[in-house]
Amino acid sequence: MAAVERQQWDVVVVGAGGAGLRAAIEARERGARTAVICKSLFGKAHTVMAEGGIAAAMANVNEHDNWQVHFRDTLRGGKFLNQWRMAELHAKEAPDRVWELETWGALFDRTKDGKISQRNFGGHEYPRLAHVGDRTGLELIRTLQQKIVSLQQEDHRETGDYESRLKVFQECTVTRILKDGTRVSGVFAYERETGRFFVLEAPAVVIATGGIGKSFKVTSNSWEYTGDGHALALLAGAPLLNMEFVQFHPTGMVWPPSVKGILVTESVRGDGGVLRNSEGKRFMFDYVPDVFKEKYAESEEEGDRWYEDPDHNRRPPELLPRDEVARAINSEVKAGRGSPHGGVFLDVSTRMPAEVIRRRLPSMYHQFKELADVDITAEAMEVGPTCHYVMGGVAVDSDTAAARGVPGLFAAGEVAGGMHGSNRLGGNSLSDLLVFGRRAGWHAAEHAAGLGARPAVDDGQVDTAAAEALRPFSAESEDPDAGPPENPYTLHQELQQSMNDLVGIIRREGEMEQALERLAALRVRARRAGVEGHRQFNPGWHLALDLRNMLLVSECVARAALERTESRGGHTREDHPAMDRRWRPVNLLCRLADPTGGLAATDPVRGQITLVRENTDPVRPDLLALFEKEELVKYLAEEELYE
Amino acid sequence: MSGYTARFRVWRGDVEGGGLADFEVEVNEGEVVLDIIHRLQATQAPDLAVRWNCKAGKCGSCSAEINGRPRLMCMTRMSVFTQDETITVTPLRAFPVIRDLVTDVGFNYQKAREVPAFVPPAGVGPGEYRMFQEDVDRSQEFRKCIECFLCQDTCHVVRDHEENKPAFAGPRFLMRVAELDMHPLDAADASGLDRKRTAQDEHGLGYCNITKCCTEVCPEGIHITDNALIPLKERAVDRKYDPLVWLGSKIRRRPAAG
Amino acid sequence: MATGTEPHPNSGGVRTRTRAAISAPHLRTDRWWLAPAVTAAGLFAFVVYSTWRAFANAHYYSAPYVSPFYSPCLAENCKDMPSGPNADLFGSWWAISPAIIILIFPLGFRLTCYYYRKAYYRSFWASPPACAVAEPHAKYTGETRFPLILQNIHRYFFYAALLVACVLTYDTVLSFRDTHENWGHMGLGTLVFLVNITLIWLYTLSCHSCRHIVGGKLKHFSKHPVRYKAWQFVGRLNARHMLLAWASLVSVALADFYVYLLASGVFDDPRFF
Repeated sequence: MAAVERQQWDVVVVGAGGAGLRAAIEARERGARTAVICKSLFGKAHTVMAEGGIAAAMANVNEHDNWQVHFRDTLRGGKFLNQWRMAELHAKEAPDRVWELETWGALFDRTKDGKISQRNFGGHEYPRLAHVGDRTGLELIRTLQQKIVSLQQEDHRETGDYESRLKVFQECTVTRILKDGTRVSGVFAYERETGRFFVLEAPAVVIATGGIGKSFKVTSNSWEYTGDGHALALLAGAPLLNMEFVQFHPTGMVWPPSVKGILVTESVRGDGGVLRNSEGKRFMFDYVPDVFKEKYAESEEEGDRWYEDPDHNRRPPELLPRDEVARAINSEVKAGRGSPHGGVFLDVSTRMPAEVIRRRLPSMYHQFKELADVDITAEAMEVGPTCHYVMGGVAVDSDTAAARGVPGLFAAGEVAGGMHGSNRLGGNSLSDLLVFGRRAGWHAAEHAAGLGARPAVDDGQVDTAAAEALRPFSAESEDPDAGPPENPYTLHQELQQSMNDLVGIIRREGEMEQALERLAALRVRARRAGVEGHRQFNPGWHLALDLRNMLLVSECVARAALERTESRGGHTREDHPAMDRRWRPVNLLCRLADPTGGLAATDPVRGQITLVRENTDPVRPDLLALFEKEELVKYLAEEELYE
Repeated sequence: MSGYTARFRVWRGDVEGGGLADFEVEVNEGEVVLDIIHRLQATQAPDLAVRWNCKAGKCGSCSAEINGRPRLMCMTRMSVFTQDETITVTPLRAFPVIRDLVTDVGFNYQKAREVPAFVPPAGVGPGEYRMFQEDVDRSQEFRKCIECFLCQDTCHVVRDHEENKPAFAGPRFLMRVAELDMHPLDAADASGLDRKRTAQDEHGLGYCNITKCCTEVCPEGIHITDNALIPLKERAVDRKYDPLVWLGSKIRRRPAAG
Repeated sequence: MATGTEPHPNSGGVRTRTRAAISAPHLRTDRWWLAPAVTAAGLFAFVVYSTWRAFANAHYYSAPYVSPFYSPCLAENCKDMPSGPNADLFGSWWAISPAIIILIFPLGFRLTCYYYRKAYYRSFWASPPACAVAEPHAKYTGETRFPLILQNIHRYFFYAALLVACVLTYDTVLSFRDTHENWGHMGLGTLVFLVNITLIWLYTLSCHSCRHIVGGKLKHFSKHPVRYKAWQFVGRLNARHMLLAWASLVSVALADFYVYLLASGVFDDPRFF
């Protein structure tokens, strides 16, 4: 094997979205020489897609808001499965993280008195989301990007080199975390542009790679969301937590096919949009669950009055939590009352004058006009559920973001589990990125500084990683009897179809078992995924390598979903439709079945993943005291209440 | 409209050379150019290099030139072409090519580094920033930029004159200077940095001849020329071509220099 | 590459060595040349017409109307215009058409106008002829050096244009007289002048320099509410600067031509009252 270039850094951050960049800034400011590796160009991360805002209890719009209320909302949203210490830190630190962005040049929308404006959002008791129109994610990523540039300018003034202490390796993919014994020693990566391999030696690695949506056919996620970080952590020996919880956003575009899955923001419904089936009926009135009966309108008239007078009327059922609306749409389509392209109708055109629509929903107006040639001021949109976010992720320590069992490995953002429990509230993801991105960067820098000797990078591991990465080029020659090599694009499409159909929004035991069999078969075929051409910017090769990650993560989702025999948040079992208090204190951890790091296991039953059940830490009494007893009995088991 | 077969010419090659390759490819209702490129990858040219991300016009990755015009592939609907038209897709022609439709956009990242960052005002802590909506509106428009670099690509100052690249920041980064100069709390002045002057002296504002191609290609509809570049030129005029100001600065500067 | 490989053109610009090897200067398939061609034709027509009229030194006054090309008239050889915009500032040594004295200001204003710059850089200089169409020049320095650096004095022409607009307003007021200088009359010419002066004002006020001066230069609009309102108003006009530039160009030529027709006796001004 040709010599692979090596560089030494103190902290390596994998991923350059909100969490990764915030971690890098923190690590660099704490004195660590920090490298960031990202698959796309710097500043293109999926964070730019976030529209709504950053949830932080700054109390700029409603003075009653504080961290305790935010904490309560977060736990309710997550159905009490949240890692409560994370939710506490998140609620307490989010305002500081938002204010800090202003000192780096962010320009949020303002209140009349010049403070950061905050907007209402589903599940938040008070107006809480700091925002910039409907492009808050872009503002976040650009601010962090520009902060990084400003740190590089500082370094340039001092050392003459922009990249002496903080460098972004853009368009590079990490395929393996390298270890020295149990400790992290670096990462193995390739440059997408040239296909060249390189190793960054570092005692601390922060994973901030986002989610897993590209394992599903209909998703609002970009191509980068192949579960890389989840898989890297698993392969490095760290467990994944509660992977069964996947959020499906109820309103994604369904037509045209090219934009299927792209998000239609919740504000459309918040501003008066209604859902109708093919018969023209506002079907959501038929889907209000008993626990919400008192809180939602029973007639269209009452629901319509709510927009003008929310104090004396109950809100329309279109504004139920995301999981409820997504399930309802799913049922209508299955019952044959869907729209021509398999969704339902979301209509604002008959609800507001055209000019008001254009003013209040400018980006939705343009999105439909430009992508679907639909004028939403004149006709209804077609929408359906789309895979949006994974609540599960790398099991981490709440305070330090350290991955369990692998010293030197940290995780933050969507790739980390725990914070959102079984369901995430809108707006809590951007604040999550900032709060835990900072904590991960901080503790990674501290970990790196506290080590006596740097962990060594083992040549054998580098060679193995290189061989693994080159495998797709020799798929044909390896086993001529097995037939021609598999097309990675075909494999990917089959994987997405399987996950969508069998482990999608509504889950059944038999289907998930079937999914595990299909995944096993795909795994066998994926070993023969072959590519043409050479290593220079070869997307077929990149996909072939990402398949390993998607298959691992998909198996985690399927296995955990099969195990959890209840419905909670982002996990709905048709055969176990109710929430079960006995499952509340139970975490499901996924680990690699063959911890030696090889991926030889192809036994469909055993698979690559083993599940471990674990009891959650009891919620600290002072945090529990923030809730009324009547509310707690809905969620907690008897014995938890009296501890 | 149902599916049909379209003729595509896609530039393939690298810095050593290359050319337009002909393809016949299926097109379905509602698709955009990026869908067709993806179909080529999945069926005919698995190693066709292309950069893309969000596929919703929000990240600015899939910039290319379609029938000679700089555009986002994900925002160019196939329905704008006739069915018998041959659609030519090439990489951005202002930047070095890497492979196929992927170019080296490092020029832009280099220019981004040359614009001094936001200078926070002294004595105003986090949480104490007070800014009014009318004061942030202008800079907010510029912050809509998704950095697709189509403006940088189309700008003839560098597109047609490679030698101007060192001296000229390009519309995107002159707009960044304008954004910071209009930021209500940017304290560059207090730190001794005159953004209006450096716009011309260091970022090459004078090269811009306001022919508005940057505005024409901007997928975000930002009025780059009218709201950023021309106001910046006027601000530079305040500093450099206003005879009274000029005289004042000459008188004041002389003793300081000596 | 298997198909269509061609040798790298390796000349400058889009055919620089490092860029994608495409020899065509552009691959646009639309009628990109139409806009610059129309612009060039329009501007050329105006230049021809205005040169003829400016040097003609005749047929520019027909009471109560004075051609906007000759107002104010500042030499001794001006026609007598009762209480009109003439003042003998240049005396008798000025021998050629008095239009030349004053036309320099509106001409300078339009020549350095941000819209007209775009228009003639594209259509006359082909720099660039259209977006993503390679320009034919080997070297380009933009407005960084003499003479184009002088474009920066646009705002001084704007001040001058304000004064000229005031004079033309005065002329329009005078057009409410009859041929015997009695007030309270109106003819077709008055209407032509009203339209013209409105467009002249709208064009002048929609100027980018004006927008800068009234408020654009401010850092905090919140501290200057009146100037903020003014800036917003000018901004709305400024969005139509191109339209106003053309409309006022045509209207000023028409106003002059109308006076020419009257003065040369082609017909008499129809009077409304």
